[in-house]
Amino acid sequence: MAKLNSYRTGPDETGHFGIFGGQFVAETLMPLILELDAAYEASKKDPEFAKELSGLLKNFVGRESPLYFAERLTEHYGGAKIYLKREDLNHTGAHKINNCMGQILLARRMGKKRIIAETGAGQHGVATATVAARFGLECAIYMGETDIERQKPNVFRMKLLGADVIPVKSGARTLKDAMNEALRDWVTNVDDTFYIIGTVAGPHPYPELVRDFQCVIGEETRRQIMEAEGRLPDTLLACIGGGSNAMGLFHPFLDDEKVEIIGVEAAGHGIDTDKHAASLKGGRPGVLHGNRTYLLQDDDGQILEAHSISAGLDYPGIGPEHSWLNDIGRVKYVNATDAEALDAFQLCCKLEGIIPALESAHALAYLEKLAPDLPKDHIIVINLSGRGDKDIFTVADALGVEL
Amino acid sequence: MSDTRIDRRFKALKAEGRAAFVTYVMAGDPNYDAALEIVKGLPGAGADIIEVGLPFTDPMADGPAIQQAGLRALAGGMTLKKTLKLISEFRQDDNDTPIVLMGYYNPIYSYGVDQFLTDATSAGVDGLIVVDLPSEEDKELCLPAREAGLNFIRLATPTTDDKRLPKVLANSSGFLYYVSIAGTTGAAAPKASDVATALTRIRKTTDLPIAVGFGLRTGAQAAEIAKIADGAVVGTALVEQVALGSNDKDSVNRVLELAREISAGIRSVKKT
Ligand SMILES: Cc1ncc(COP(=O)(O)O)c(C=O)c1O
Repeated sequence: MAKLNSYRTGPDETGHFGIFGGQFVAETLMPLILELDAAYEASKKDPEFAKELSGLLKNFVGRESPLYFAERLTEHYGGAKIYLKREDLNHTGAHKINNCMGQILLARRMGKKRIIAETGAGQHGVATATVAARFGLECAIYMGETDIERQKPNVFRMKLLGADVIPVKSGARTLKDAMNEALRDWVTNVDDTFYIIGTVAGPHPYPELVRDFQCVIGEETRRQIMEAEGRLPDTLLACIGGGSNAMGLFHPFLDDEKVEIIGVEAAGHGIDTDKHAASLKGGRPGVLHGNRTYLLQDDDGQILEAHSISAGLDYPGIGPEHSWLNDIGRVKYVNATDAEALDAFQLCCKLEGIIPALESAHALAYLEKLAPDLPKDHIIVINLSGRGDKDIFTVADALGVEL
Repeated sequence: MSDTRIDRRFKALKAEGRAAFVTYVMAGDPNYDAALEIVKGLPGAGADIIEVGLPFTDPMADGPAIQQAGLRALAGGMTLKKTLKLISEFRQDDNDTPIVLMGYYNPIYSYGVDQFLTDATSAGVDGLIVVDLPSEEDKELCLPAREAGLNFIRLATPTTDDKRLPKVLANSSGFLYYVSIAGTTGAAAPKASDVATALTRIRKTTDLPIAVGFGLRTGAQAAEIAKIADGAVVGTALVEQVALGSNDKDSVNRVLELAREISAGIRSVKKT
């Protein structure tokens, strides 16, 4: 492939990143998606929108989030210097709120009265319920029954915030099925409803706008690392469910070719088993949820159930821009198993005094393979996408501890 | 494009002075053999056009009845290949009834568009409805399908306004499927008066026959639609009969019995 001038110009005007992306939705939704695209384009040109958003990110979300030198993890691995981008310190405990705040402002501009969302770990559901409460909009969150069971604290949080949590009983009752059900709601309630998609997936313009709202992570990181080290990092590391926390960190660095960028997918029980969520390594391109991207699927093009100990990574697809970055080789995609993530989870608790989200623990897990052999002046920035309070039941269960 | 079975059928019905009864059933539901029997029985029960559902794990525009029908079919080992085989078996004794394959894009994309078009054409498929391929994605399948001589049938919905309609119609042929409500399949029946208003609007833009569906369950409802549209589509109500059957034979009988009732409703409406 010919070398590109920039890796940051996508998507093209038809919503594609190479062959990936697009607008694969039912006709009922097409006018809504075009309307959203127009509203988003208009908001980009409006300085008032940016001003309102950055005010809320500062005073409501608590940005900017610190870039924290993880001294003891660094010492532990004995190699590269490790920094944590502390998205866990955001209001509601994860990066998800960056995107929700952006989208709810769009919803308000478009005059929508009702908000819907899908959620896996419940972090996106909580963030959505939070911004809906903040602006007094009705809110319904679709969540698979399996996830409701393993993320109980977040379910109750959403209810406290006034959201209606709707259990999804189809399929494996996880994130994919919640997204199907949210799309069905949207097809039905076309007049007043705004769908806040929680990751860089879905039909165009979602992958683009979610990315843009998450890019605050990478932009802050650039500034902060320049302040701390006087130079850009050597390696970026983030976990990938749909890929929003990763894209938010990665995108502002894509054109800095010296910066190595690594995304970590969830390998569940191992990618040579049938229980994992590594769509890039274990899947092939297909069409689901409005976009073409790498998907876990069988020979007949039927979608397979993903598996990860972490509900937020338990999805058989990945955002289309990641599929493109994978194919052109700009970003390297690796994976970490449930067991590796559990180890890293505990290590981060003990060494840093930070309980990470199980999702983020997948990124931390890759340090074991990466950090020890690197020189001491090699700088790694990891996106600590969320905190792990929500995961203590799952972790206790995995460790055989009764609470 | 030369006339397809679909074009010929609508012309014949127009001459006859009545609307088309368009049925939808899921391939492989409750299993291959019983589904084949249903499809073979439908023309005798009054179906003028048969939409054969291609099962998919994640049908984002379908309600519970059709979702479950798809999952039953998949659990029984149904695939795209077997769906085409079912259609070719049907074609062995029926060379007139149009068959429209209806489903989602991924199984077709996975099969390979060129191979799919070759195999679908030789199986005797006449048209395609692919729910998640709006006109924005015409290059994927719509244009190649037209090239291969298949009708690409498009859905128009209450959200498809006058500005958008020409785009939706641009490469479509056979007929236009007007989805009478914003919602998933199997939702509430539409008000005939709302549908009439929409059809008047749409007819200003196209001469294609218009079939109306979503939510029709009875002969009486279908008759109301038959007065104003060129066809009435019934899916969920038929698919539900499959699930209600106590065994395969009962499922087949129930589907065909309901089809006969609805067909009688549609045939009771004479148009000049
Ligand atoms: C803390 C945290 N990190 C990561 C993810 C995965 O999503 P994404 O890949 O879009 O960042 C989730 C999803 O729920 C999450 O809660």
